[in-house]
Formats: sequence, structure tokens, C-alpha cells
Amino acid sequence: MKCEELLAMLNEYVDGTVDPAICAEFERHMAGCNPCQVVVDNIRQTITLYKDGQPYSMPVKFREQMHDALRRRWREKHPAR
Amino acid sequence: MAHSIPPETTDAELVRRAQAGELEAFEALTSRHEQRVYALAMRMLRQEQDAEDVTQQTFLSALENLEGFRGEASFSTWVLRIASHAALKIIRKRKGLNTVSLEEATDNSENFDSIPHPEFIADWRQSPEHLVERNEVRRLLDDALARLDEKHRLVFLLRDIEGLSIQETAAALELSEANVKVRLLRARLQLREELTRVLGDPERRLIQSPHHHE
Repeated sequence: MKCEELLAMLNEYVDGTVDPAICAEFERHMAGCNPCQVVVDNIRQTITLYKDGQPYSMPVKFREQMHDALRRRWREKHPAR
Repeated sequence: MAHSIPPETTDAELVRRAQAGELEAFEALTSRHEQRVYALAMRMLRQEQDAEDVTQQTFLSALENLEGFRGEASFSTWVLRIASHAALKIIRKRKGLNTVSLEEATDNSENFDSIPHPEFIADWRQSPEHLVERNEVRRLLDDALARLDEKHRLVFLLRDIEGLSIQETAAALELSEANVKVRLLRARLQLREELTRVLGDPERRLIQSPHHHE
């Protein structure tokens, strides 16, 4: 497999969605090409690190203000029942 | 605040009720998804005021356009799409570009051939579970993300962080799936490169001989 073909499949391989027929060849390559396996591991670790990190939290004051604004707008659109 | 809505109520059901005029249902939808929208905006814009503006604009827009929402995509995908466009608009404005833009011009020039190959390849010294607690790692993550071109950053955030499928990401950003894949790969490889340079064990660095499978 050539480099560009490998790179093109890297996403699918990381996600585990590669076509099994193609996968066999990819696996063969990986067996003989340790750097590729490490790259794949690195990518998975990278994604995990971003997913598991503390996400930003909305400030409480802003949240209240936003909900107030939404309610006001809602009532303008749906006049009193 | 809506307290009377059981958590097992689906988003689809809440949308139906909101479309029928129930404010509580709309508030519940907002409450369910606001943190994700805010986090996406912060990661794209790195500035609290802008992120707040995007978040508020997003849910106001959802409110305004609720009647027209047919539910082909999920509500969460829909608001992430709105937020994405709002965030990109701000970035373009910061760069002094007009919004019609550069996007169309440079778009299809990206393909797998133009992606840089990995250079620093090494196992990391610690697993993500151990790293994630450390403040300096968090800064490293933020900085690396900020260095991505916003087109690539956005795809990474939607696909890998928010968990949208390739197809949903493509629909949200009005791109081809092929384009999404190229951008995603570029983002993943660039982040991998930067993170591995810091987190990789230099003693176990794999030195590649002139690319044996070129």
C-alpha cells in the first residue's frame, strides 16, 4: 500500500470502520510497519484526551440572562394564553 | 426553569411540544444542549464574550426557526450547525474577510496528497486517563487546538468531540463527506504531532528511514 492510500484510510482505521476486505491489507502493513501502529495509537489517545478533558462551563449569570431573553422572545411570539 | 419534564422524554418529543407552543419544552431543549453549544463556541473562539454571543444567538435562532424544523437531523445536530456557522462568521470577521469568502475558493484543493506525514512518532509516557487531570496538559490541548485552521478545528470538534457522524458533520457544514474526511485527518494528524512532541517518550522515538513505502 502506498502512503497516500494509507493516509486516506487512517480515519476509518482509527474509527474501526474500515471495510474488512481492505482491512486485511492494512493489518498486514501495520504488522510490518510499527510507526504506523504508533501513529494510530497516538491519534486515539489524542481524541480520548480531548473528549475526557474538562469542557468549558457556561457561567451561571450568563445562563440566567440567556434564558430570560429566550422567555421574553417566546412570549412575544406566543402572546398570552 | 422546567422541572416537570422527565429526563427520559426524547428530544424529538420536546421539539413536537415546543412547536405546539409549550415554552417549558423549549427551555428543556435549551438546557439539554446549551453546554455543548457553549463548549464548541469556546473551543472555536477562545473568548468568553464571543462564545456567549454565539450561544445566545444559536438558541434565539432555534426559537425563531422552530416551525421550520422538520427533524431530518436531530435537534442537537441542528443547534451545533447553527453554532458552527455563527462561530465561523465571527472568525472571518476577525480576519477581515467577508463572509461569502475564501471558503469556496480554497475548498476543494484539499486532498490526501497534501497532508503532511507524521514526523515525531513515539508512544506517550502516560495514558490519557492520567494526563487529563493536569492543568498544563489542558493548556497544551487548548493551544494545539487553537493552532489548527478553523476549518479543520471545526470538523475535529464536531466529529471527534461531539460525536457527529461523518455524514452529519458534512450536512452541518455543507461540505462533501470526502472533504470532511480530509479535514478530519489533517486535524487529527496535526494535533497528534503537536501533542506527541510534548507527551511522547523521546527515548522511544521511532526514527523512520527514508519512507520505505513511498
